[in-house]
Amino acid sequence: MDIKLREVEYRYAAGTPFERLAITDVSFHIPSGEYVAIIGHTGSGKSTVLQHLNVLLKPLKGEIEIGRRTIVAGRKEKNLKDVRRRVGIVFQFPEHQLFEETVEKDICFGPFNFGVPMEQAKKRAREAVQLVGLPESVLERSPFELSGGQMRRVAIAGVLAMKPDVLVLDEPTAGLDPRGRHDMMEMFSSLQKKNGLTCVLVTHSMEDAARYADRIVMMHKGRVYKTGTPHDIFRDRDSLTAIGLDVPETVRFQRLMEAQLGRPLSRLCLTPEELAEELSRMRRESL
Amino acid sequence: MMEKIILGRYLPADSVIHRMDPRAKLMFIFGFVLIVFLANNVATYALLGAFTLFVVFLSKVKPQFLIAGLKPVIILILFTFFLHVFFTKEGELLAEIGFFTIYKGGVIKGIFISLRFFLLILVTSLLTLTTPPISVTDGIEALFGPLKKIKVPVHELALMMSISLRFIPTLLDETDKIMKAQMARGADFASGPILERVKAVIPLLIPLFVSAFKRAEELAVAMEARGYKGGEGRTKYRILAWKSRDTVSLVLLAVLAAALLVLRS
Ligand SMILES: Nc1ncnc2c1ncn2[C@@H]1O[C@H](COP(=O)(O)OP(=O)(O)OP(=O)(O)O)[C@@H](O)[C@H]1O
Ligand SMILES: [Mg+2]
Repeated sequence: MDIKLREVEYRYAAGTPFERLAITDVSFHIPSGEYVAIIGHTGSGKSTVLQHLNVLLKPLKGEIEIGRRTIVAGRKEKNLKDVRRRVGIVFQFPEHQLFEETVEKDICFGPFNFGVPMEQAKKRAREAVQLVGLPESVLERSPFELSGGQMRRVAIAGVLAMKPDVLVLDEPTAGLDPRGRHDMMEMFSSLQKKNGLTCVLVTHSMEDAARYADRIVMMHKGRVYKTGTPHDIFRDRDSLTAIGLDVPETVRFQRLMEAQLGRPLSRLCLTPEELAEELSRMRRESL
Repeated sequence: MMEKIILGRYLPADSVIHRMDPRAKLMFIFGFVLIVFLANNVATYALLGAFTLFVVFLSKVKPQFLIAGLKPVIILILFTFFLHVFFTKEGELLAEIGFFTIYKGGVIKGIFISLRFFLLILVTSLLTLTTPPISVTDGIEALFGPLKKIKVPVHELALMMSISLRFIPTLLDETDKIMKAQMARGADFASGPILERVKAVIPLLIPLFVSAFKRAEELAVAMEARGYKGGEGRTKYRILAWKSRDTVSLVLLAVLAAALLVLRS
């Protein structure tokens, strides 16, 4: 399902003395089945953009096309359930949304709201728990006696169980251990590749953006600063540092190495795997 | 959703009213609440209204913000107005609609009472709009300080008040966040029959309570870790300073009271 934003603007507390412009003139395209990463300094408006993707916030200007539906500023919107089902959002610190007595019930909350029958919802809960790397036994426990990281996984499972077409993730791995982080990111990526899920990821990790994204949107002070493929974005270190970001470690290493060698490598490597391959190829050639 | 509520919020600005000592402001409000009841005819209400407008002007709070903030109570004011219009049977008969009768005395009384109500709310909301909540509690603690002699836990009460005030915006933010998270999972807070809607609140209330309790616990631990043991012997960070403008404000209020006493019928 395609999502297109056109010149979207949003202000918090509009019309009160506390009015605050959060995003303006935001336009970009999320093509169906792609993995889009949104990066930007803290406060640049990333979370605000995300909340427009399933109409939790309505634009004050501009319009958003979500599949066949178009949300236009200033028009009353009814019947958003279908949009909400098809675009699943995992919020920053989603563990705060847990409320049921058992993990299973909590995961089933979304599916029940969208009219999925009991048996099927329970089946989805089992699958979702596996996807996020928790044992099935956790289903019977209370979500409040889990550790922070486990709660996070349960909350993510709750959104996965809705079986959305578009999965929107707001820093889903902040605060997880390195292993958990890696597994979680690999799981999202494989859902995107194997099941054709569209993924939108907000992240502060340039490494994750470089590794997983097909396309990157850079935000700065509520505007889209630049969009492009990871190669386009990370080739240009100056524009990244200008808005308080930087290139992934691998690229930094490559640049340092190039400076010492006095010549550039044949291509820009975004992941350690790519770089290792490139270096060993160079080594073989020079022998 | 929660961001439209203006009642009880502080609007930072620089004005004489903002700079007043909170003790003076509290005494002023208390005095004003008493004085309002002195007004009982057109002249006194006009004087009171003019005085209030003057205070609003001094505070530099934009009138449209005051109006926006008053919206929730306007219904209450209208209700009082109609109560008096329909149920006071004084003066000449003006109209008869069905079994309702409207008398001139009722209309006048309705206008006066709702005006009184309106002025009271205007001035008290001006207090919260121009005084940071923390200063309000400081003022209250200082004014009620003497009660410590008769073992009233003034400091503790003030602390409880300032903590609650401090966490109201946090709680509102949190409500907004959890509401959105549940809406993203298909929860519907806005429609359906009443029983359904009550049930729909559970996914909002439970996480809210859980986080409020957690926060309270963390705060208590953090305070103890920094050696907090109550008010005894504790020095103050914000020291209240009584200036001449504070005295002037109370004198003005006294003058107003005298004028009202002279003018009332
Ligand atoms: N509920 C709110 N009320 C008022 N202003 C808000 C609210 N939420 C965000 N803002 C403001 O909107 C702007 C954009 O915030 P947003 O949360 O979208 O940033 P972000 O890019 O997600 O930041 P981070 O990386 O820290 O999560 C900020 O200036 C922020 O202060
Ligand atoms: Mg954010």
